[in-house]
Amino acid sequence: MSHILTMIAQRLALGLVTLFVVSLIIFLGTELLPGDFAQEILGQSATPETVAALRDQLGLNDPMHVRYAAWLGDVLQGDLGQSLANGQSVSELIGRRLNWTLSLALYAAVIAVPLSLTLGILAALFRNSFFDRFANASALTSISFPEFFVAYILIFYLAGAGGPFPSISSMRGEVAFGEYLHRAFLPALTLTLVVTAHMMRMTRAAIINLLASPYIEMARLKGMSPMRVIVKHALPNALAPIINVVALNLAYLITGVVVVEVVFVYPGLGQLMVDSVSARDMPVVQGIALVFAAAYVLLNLTADVLATLSNPRLVHRR
Amino acid sequence: MTKFNRPGGVSRRTMLQGTAAVGTAALITPWGAPLRAQAVRGGTLRIGMAHGSTTDSLDPGTWENDFTILQGHTRNNYLTEIAADGSLVPELAESWEASADAATWTFRLRENVAFHSGHIMTAQDVIASINYHRGEDSTSAAAPIVAPITDIVAEGMTVTFTLDSGNADFPFVLSDYHLPILPAVNDGAIDPMTTDGCGPYVLNDLEFGVSASYTRHDGYWKTDRAHFDAIEQIVIHDNAARQNALISGEVDYIDTADLNTVHLLERAPGIEILSVAGTQHYGLPMDTRAEPFNNNDIRMALKFAIDRQQLVDTILNGYGEIGNDHPIGSGQQFYNADLEQHSYDPDRARFHLREAGMESLDVQIHLADAAFAGALDAGVLFAESAAAAGINLEVVREPDDGYWSNVWMQKPFAGTYWSGRPTEDLMFSTAYSEGAAWNETYWSHERFNELLNTARSELNQDLRREMYYEMQDICANQGGALIPMFASYVGAHTDALVRPDAIAANWRNDGQRIAERWSFAS
Repeated sequence: MSHILTMIAQRLALGLVTLFVVSLIIFLGTELLPGDFAQEILGQSATPETVAALRDQLGLNDPMHVRYAAWLGDVLQGDLGQSLANGQSVSELIGRRLNWTLSLALYAAVIAVPLSLTLGILAALFRNSFFDRFANASALTSISFPEFFVAYILIFYLAGAGGPFPSISSMRGEVAFGEYLHRAFLPALTLTLVVTAHMMRMTRAAIINLLASPYIEMARLKGMSPMRVIVKHALPNALAPIINVVALNLAYLITGVVVVEVVFVYPGLGQLMVDSVSARDMPVVQGIALVFAAAYVLLNLTADVLATLSNPRLVHRR
Repeated sequence: MTKFNRPGGVSRRTMLQGTAAVGTAALITPWGAPLRAQAVRGGTLRIGMAHGSTTDSLDPGTWENDFTILQGHTRNNYLTEIAADGSLVPELAESWEASADAATWTFRLRENVAFHSGHIMTAQDVIASINYHRGEDSTSAAAPIVAPITDIVAEGMTVTFTLDSGNADFPFVLSDYHLPILPAVNDGAIDPMTTDGCGPYVLNDLEFGVSASYTRHDGYWKTDRAHFDAIEQIVIHDNAARQNALISGEVDYIDTADLNTVHLLERAPGIEILSVAGTQHYGLPMDTRAEPFNNNDIRMALKFAIDRQQLVDTILNGYGEIGNDHPIGSGQQFYNADLEQHSYDPDRARFHLREAGMESLDVQIHLADAAFAGALDAGVLFAESAAAAGINLEVVREPDDGYWSNVWMQKPFAGTYWSGRPTEDLMFSTAYSEGAAWNETYWSHERFNELLNTARSELNQDLRREMYYEMQDICANQGGALIPMFASYVGAHTDALVRPDAIAANWRNDGQRIAERWSFAS
């Protein structure tokens, strides 16, 4: 087992390097954008005097590498800094939004992962049947529409006048658990429809691929039921690719849901990122970029570890 | 996202005409004007807002969009208030008087006005609140409009402002949304990040870019205002989501209706459209120093080559009026109605081209939808109508991002929007006087500047009218601003809400005072 721990340690270290590179790219990227923070905040009403005063007050006149180094120093001490725009602590700003983003991702994952695995297994089992074709066609249809379109369709049928769900999922004040499930159902369902196809088809393909192997044929010849062949013999060997695609989709649920947030007025990280980029609010942009990058690094790491553990040849290496 | 950040860009002035127009334009419902119910106390007003960003701040010097400006009027009071009919009425200042040269203004403050914290307002609070925007190192967007103030002194409950020159409209300046009265703290300055205020509602909960909620301020001194128990502001950027939220009853009022789909909203049962014609206008400024726009005949040719009515019908879906190349709205008190209306006339455009010694003209216009909603479409329509006059107009698409820093006032021909000003003087001196920071046409006209200075300190209304009439004439026929249309503020609400008979046109949301002026029906 020790080589697995070594692998985790190595990957975490690599992850830190990745985060560092990401923050550097983000910093350079925003530096290249037209306009600067003081200009964006004061907008059209900016006069050269007020822009200069604001830049001076916020230390934006320092050269780029000085500002980056100062920021990096603070981060290494666990301080993400303060928003340039409103002086709020970045970790607090991100913290609240991250909670909502993770809740929605979890909500969608709890529906989407079991659903797509079940559908994938059943589709492999009844390959080329009507069920297989129907499941494939509907999953592909929902993934082919843009997210906002799926969202509007759901709003049209499930919200609106007399519909069972609210058309906006704005979370204000204290929200009880039951109320949360109700208010966030439509965005969670939209995300489910968007990610299901990918996971389901990967599951189906991986299992079908294995069904041609000699040991499956052996199992069949022994007279096992098709369901048992798939769940007991094929599925464990198909886990690695399935785990990978699940991890990728989970990362997407955390980082890629801006459109869904906008349509449902859901207070997640995406809108915060968009607003902060357009205002050139560097500390917030970098903070969120780090969170997003960390989500990818950790989920990929988890996927690799689980895939390794699912393969006895890798666990019991000589 | 639209920007609403001209300093002092809130409001406009007395306009009996305008109010009458608002009264009819305000009600475009399939059933005609609904009966007005009595205002009753109670209920939570939920407002769906098209603007608001996570980068907003409590600092009044940074307020620039409807979310923060509405918050300013819901949580705070100002020295003066622009009433629904466009006239100026007292708020925290009970009365005021000017010296004969209009350069010294004395305001008497209202007694016993309580802040939410319980602190009673004093003259020191007023001085600290205005001083926050003044001075060398001010980062406030309102710095230019308070710059003429040279001194503020208090004596008991009176405050005296000394200006560097006469200004007959100074009390209007103090109604600017950047200038709420906040409590002074120990060192005699305000804390710009305070959540305290002396307005109708107390801020409870706030997340910028998401929502804000308020409860009624029990000690509010206006007894006939603030009928709701609570207010909620909810940011809903997406047009469809905002309209859905209204139809499905998630909000009671939305401040901006999408003009492309407003006809669908009109048909929804229980929904009323609110359309208010004000001073907001869209323009295509030309740099009067640059070739070929330094020739007035070229500018006139372009002014006659645009089809204004077509723009109002298609870009604004009819919710607006045609403009006449000057920034004064038809409801304002010194609006020059005798001025010839510029309209689409390719022959006349050709005539001006020939006067300039040309048979045809090739020009570029730089546009992005950041300038105003539909700017690119407007550019394309303009190019088509101009072609008939021998003008080859090329529309250059610019990115929305950085539009105000890289295109506006940088390229010789671009797009702009103005929310207007409460007074003719503020509008002209902000964007048309020589050397003004936002003189977007880089225009300098001797007679115009002379009139502007004389009119500012003139207290005789008839003389002022004459001067402002002439200035509109000069601006329209010699200036560099092509102003094809005035856009109305279009919102919508459920019929459970009662709105007053007159809706303020100086700004969206009933002059941003919807929270204290509206109520639910009994």
